[in-house]
Amino acid sequence: MTLTQTPAKSLRVVRFDRVQRCTHWATALLFFTLMFTAIPLYFGSFFGIVMPRHVIEMIHLWTGLALPLPIIVSLIGPWGKAMRHDVRRINYWTRDEIRWLRTLGKTEIEADKFNPGQKLNSIFVGASILVMLVTGAMLQWFRFFPVPWRSGATFVHDIFTYAIFFVIFGHVVMALTHREALRSIFKGWVNRSWAERHAARWLHEEQRDDLGP
Amino acid sequence: MTEQSPRVAPDEFPKRVNVGRRVFLGLSALGALGIAFGNSVQNFVGGAVGSGLGGLLPGGDRFRIYSITGTFPKITRVKYRLKVSGLVDQPTTFTLADLQSMPKTSFTKAFQCVTGWRVPDVHWEGVKLSDILDRVGVQSNAVAVSFDSYDHADTESLTLDQAHLPDVIVAYSMLGAPVTTEHGGPVRLYVAPMFGYKSLKWLSGIRVVDAVEAGFWEQNGYPINGWLDGTTGPDNPDPGLT
Repeated sequence: MTLTQTPAKSLRVVRFDRVQRCTHWATALLFFTLMFTAIPLYFGSFFGIVMPRHVIEMIHLWTGLALPLPIIVSLIGPWGKAMRHDVRRINYWTRDEIRWLRTLGKTEIEADKFNPGQKLNSIFVGASILVMLVTGAMLQWFRFFPVPWRSGATFVHDIFTYAIFFVIFGHVVMALTHREALRSIFKGWVNRSWAERHAARWLHEEQRDDLGP
Repeated sequence: MTEQSPRVAPDEFPKRVNVGRRVFLGLSALGALGIAFGNSVQNFVGGAVGSGLGGLLPGGDRFRIYSITGTFPKITRVKYRLKVSGLVDQPTTFTLADLQSMPKTSFTKAFQCVTGWRVPDVHWEGVKLSDILDRVGVQSNAVAVSFDSYDHADTESLTLDQAHLPDVIVAYSMLGAPVTTEHGGPVRLYVAPMFGYKSLKWLSGIRVVDAVEAGFWEQNGYPINGWLDGTTGPDNPDPGLT
């Protein structure tokens, strides 16, 4: 998380380290597998076309169980410094950021590494992983739960599915229309000029850290 | 979130609020509330606005289409045959027209899956299983009825007592139209007082037998009695299989 030292690259700032990029893409792959297998499980008329239902079920089940693993592994090890740092960034909001979100971006903020919308997206994805894991497990091992709870778990799993499709679609659209931010999740860096415009507070903190105590 | 928040001098940065943790816990709590009360909410909304609009609410009025083999056996309405055999006086093969010429039974009842999803107010129409059994004549040593499916995978069974319940029907109409292929058409079983797995799809044969045979789902660990309330008692006799 430092400015690179070579003069030619000094215009670049590292936004995501290798661990973060791997975590993002592993989670994305799992999410898309889950969403892709969810469609034939939900709309029965689709299945049988590609593979039998029980195969799709098995893929969906094991992918779902694996879903939290990349994030957990990336957070717990000595390699997870940048991840943990960003989780704190996403957790803590300034009053200005709350106001920015309330007014749907019409007020001024000194932007953090992530804007409040991006923060909200991450929080939603994190919470939905937990909720989907719990309700999905209840549907798989339903025998341990009373029937009304099974119905409730189905209800929640369905509603969050709708929300996840909506949010992920929005995430992809925003990524495709913001090329510089998109590149940073592939290559890790952004231009300093971009950071000055879109993440000034983060850039200043990075620079202050670089100067040392 | 387990680590200390970055210590910043108050005059240097504005005060920070842990919005992330709050929203995360809020969404998780919503999920927990949904598990506990989602069923009641669905029933209430479904009852308040009618079953038609209930379908707009996610999870309400939605069938999950299951198939053991992963495909649907396709049987035309013309070629459909129901073979009734076993311990009966007159083994008979019924066509769809034969079934439709028999006394019609129709009612509106929910379809409840053992895994939790439920479709309220489904209209069913068909012939009482007891009418079919009366037509062919059940012999005195018969104890149970076994069912076969055109998918050559699913099997089911009921005791004779269960088979004679008035809301156990051989259905050829469902949701106000002929039973579709994905719902088990042209003809399926509907056992109203039990979980959905007892309502075998693509019904091809009825065998009257002298002992309860565990069906496909029962061999895979489901209770042989699929009573919706999970009980077994004088009114819900257990066929004695474990």
